[in-house]
Amino acid sequence: MEFEPVIGLEVHAQLNTETKLYCGCKNEFGGEVNSHCCEICTGMPGTLPTLNQKAVDYAIMMGHALHCTINNVCKQDRKNYFYPDLPKAYQISQADIPLCAHGYLDVVLDESCNVKRIGVTRIHIEEDAGKLLHDDSFQGTLVDFNRCGVPLIEIVSEPDMRSSSEAKAYLEAIKGILGYLDISDCKMQEGSIRCDVNVSLRPKGSETFGNRCEMKNVNSFSGAQRAIDYEIARQTEILENGGFILQETRRWDDAKGRTFPMRSKENADDYRYFPEPDLGTIVAPPEHVEELRALIPELPGEKLLRYVKKCGLTYLDANLLCENAEKYRFFEQVIELGGCSLQAAANWLNGDIARLLGERLTTLGATKLTPEKLVGMIRLIEEGKISNTAGKTVIEEIMFTQKTAGEAVEEKGLLQINDTAALEETARAVLEKNEKAVTDYRGGKANALDFLVGQCMRASGGKANPPALREILLKQLG
Amino acid sequence: MELYALSATELSRMLREKECSAVELARSVLGRIDRVEDKVRAYLTRNDEGMLAAAARVDEKRAAGETLSPLAGIPIGIKDNICTKGMRTTCASKMLYNFAPPYQAAVVERLLAENAVLTGKLNMDEFAMGSSCENSYFQKTANPHNLGRAPGGSSGGSAAALAAGEAVLTLGSDTGGSIRQPAAYCGVVGLKPTYGAVSRYGLVAFASSLDQIGPMARSVEDAALLFEAIRGADRRDATSVQRENAPLELRAEVRGMRIGVPEEYYGEGVEEAVKAAVRSQLDKLAAAGAEILPIRLPSTPYALSAYYIISSAEASSNLARYDGVRYGFRSEQAGNLEDVYLNTRTEGFGDECKRRIMLGTFVLSSGHYDAYYTRAKLLQQRIAAEFAEAFERCDAIVTPTAPDTAFPLGAHSSDPLKMYASDICTVTVNIAGLPAVSIPCGKDGEGMPIGMQIIGDKFQEGKILSLAKACEEMAGGFNRLPDIE
Repeated sequence: MEFEPVIGLEVHAQLNTETKLYCGCKNEFGGEVNSHCCEICTGMPGTLPTLNQKAVDYAIMMGHALHCTINNVCKQDRKNYFYPDLPKAYQISQADIPLCAHGYLDVVLDESCNVKRIGVTRIHIEEDAGKLLHDDSFQGTLVDFNRCGVPLIEIVSEPDMRSSSEAKAYLEAIKGILGYLDISDCKMQEGSIRCDVNVSLRPKGSETFGNRCEMKNVNSFSGAQRAIDYEIARQTEILENGGFILQETRRWDDAKGRTFPMRSKENADDYRYFPEPDLGTIVAPPEHVEELRALIPELPGEKLLRYVKKCGLTYLDANLLCENAEKYRFFEQVIELGGCSLQAAANWLNGDIARLLGERLTTLGATKLTPEKLVGMIRLIEEGKISNTAGKTVIEEIMFTQKTAGEAVEEKGLLQINDTAALEETARAVLEKNEKAVTDYRGGKANALDFLVGQCMRASGGKANPPALREILLKQLG
Repeated sequence: MELYALSATELSRMLREKECSAVELARSVLGRIDRVEDKVRAYLTRNDEGMLAAAARVDEKRAAGETLSPLAGIPIGIKDNICTKGMRTTCASKMLYNFAPPYQAAVVERLLAENAVLTGKLNMDEFAMGSSCENSYFQKTANPHNLGRAPGGSSGGSAAALAAGEAVLTLGSDTGGSIRQPAAYCGVVGLKPTYGAVSRYGLVAFASSLDQIGPMARSVEDAALLFEAIRGADRRDATSVQRENAPLELRAEVRGMRIGVPEEYYGEGVEEAVKAAVRSQLDKLAAAGAEILPIRLPSTPYALSAYYIISSAEASSNLARYDGVRYGFRSEQAGNLEDVYLNTRTEGFGDECKRRIMLGTFVLSSGHYDAYYTRAKLLQQRIAAEFAEAFERCDAIVTPTAPDTAFPLGAHSSDPLKMYASDICTVTVNIAGLPAVSIPCGKDGEGMPIGMQIIGDKFQEGKILSLAKACEEMAGGFNRLPDIE
């Protein structure tokens, strides 16, 4: 029998508010152990939480981005369990009435821009727990409460994904949106996005769900992908051997690349949720909800599709642009200016410009490049005034000096040579010096021609017009 | 009369007119504590030096010509579940036997800003769970009117200290009657304010949706004075209510006042002497021109169950943080994490706390939640609605505070249900979030004080205190100390 995987994801994202969810402590990663905590976030007796409204706003923005219904009135609940990183012995979360519900996300799955709609069950706000520290330098376990009370949103998807690559695409899309909204730092290595993965199998074509396993402790997207693949393989093997899947929670061990049982459904924790009596209901007036909607920019998925479908970019280039706010903002200005091939602009942004920025450890905004200068240079190439090779020199000049492309070309004498006589002279000289390549070419090695074109370009200081040159070489080689 | 025996209002006038100094007053109260505390055992922590230093500062300020608030220099005792920065706050539990909070409760902050003088921390039932103060881990407090009797609870220390002249004012907390019942047993005045009237920041939580800090005093005016000082919204307590508070003006005029008398509170569980005393007070009020209206509050018999479900549910969660990891008691028998939890909580909590934690955990468990918690919350709505309807016709509702008077120490300690029953007249008020004051209302055949409860509509503290003051005037004043020296 062939099985179909059914995958649902719960993504926890830390919000990058200034302060924590229920107290005035700084919400900041790192810092000396237990330096960002107070009597409130460590749950000392008699202290009370007060809600950080900013976190509510951020969660509502995410709700808008994922096309959710926003509950104008909702409540917070206590989730009760004992663990040393949870100083109140309950986490303030939202149980039956989340802030946002019933949304969806259109995920671009592949380079052909196939899109799949993944349902979003709900988004709710809750507080993060502290961190347990284990180290060889001391005995036992210590607790660091710096992370305790950091605002989180939990985004719960419908079980709509059917492969690990769909799950990965969904996770990347969620991360992209969090970044575009600037409501989360999205630093995987710092744990600002984490996820729980639910996987079940069912016979292909079946409408009912099989028993699912939930995997905790998945701290990277590639980890999620591997955990899903592992789990699909594990469950498939069990089912093919006539076994059945125990509904349980499993722990993903990234280093071992395996999942291990944590607890079964029968032993599931009873969190004894009840309404948090220390906090009032959360009220988000419709006008305010609409104000927040107005803050939602074009989101990465939509932008990507527009770049591919309207601007004619390759998927790869569109994706590279969408991942980098500086780049896509620059690119948007290029679109507005017009007058050159947008694919060429994307090539430059993702190619030489990105390389130069990397080499000099700088950002686009810190350079002197303007959309006008870039368009000007591309036009010189498109008009055949300079070669693409010369462009590589020009781009550096216009990025790091005040010069325009035209000024750089003039100063460096990079105007392309289209004069046939001059090109013939260059070709003759090169052919004389490279007898072996000439022999190779005539002996049938076609790529010897590329070598010779390259030599001619070098001899001309990059100024020769390559297509014209190629024609002349072919003629001279007979 | 000795200074310690006077009312706060009178002492405030004397301090302002320099008839006595704050240090003299502090010494008088300290002297009284020294003489009677071994009999009453109201204090868990004394603040003798701090008291004298604070009093000296008040005298200096006054000498420098500063205009001070009426509470300046007044010795006030604090129930031991209200956090006092740097001063041990134990909730009368082994669990917090060594806990000195690094922060101040909002109410204490306000009192200190008014230059009040803190006498120390007062005994209570552990985590405010109980009606006799006998659930304290540390000591049993005696009722100053009869040292063999319980002072009531949970704010038993706060009531006994007042009745014994060991403090001029005290703060208590009331979740189901914990201010009013001990006030009744000890013959003092205790006000449970409207839920949200006073900040709970720094009050160690028992049942968050019901807990409220309130003033206790030997006169109605004193209670009003302390209430005015502590009430008002606090941005650190999301359940405190933002509203304009007009100054409390107590008018001891009852003519035309409509007083509701719900028959459900005068049933067979209530002792005859208590019923007779309250009815006699009602007769006096009627004679003075008040209108006495028989009313019905039919859901009252279910209130006790609803109360114990809601309060225990919240308590089971609120008390979960005491795990021995960060502060307070930790079991010596703690090899691994589970042992730390299990042994710390087994050894650190008394029986009553454990009962309520288990009860609360049970009613919140999946499969039981709807049968208990959901239904209790529905009852809460119904009880609140019945009160709201009653207050459309009445200005105040008068009932006994407790069905009985102070019982002998140890009388109920083996029977928790009997102990729970003494909350029968008070829990509805917490469930509905209303204000209520207990005032002395005569004595029973054995000379033990009887308490009468006046319940008001939300934020009508002024109205019920006015009625209380009228009763006080009819009684020729409440402020009399029993002879215990």
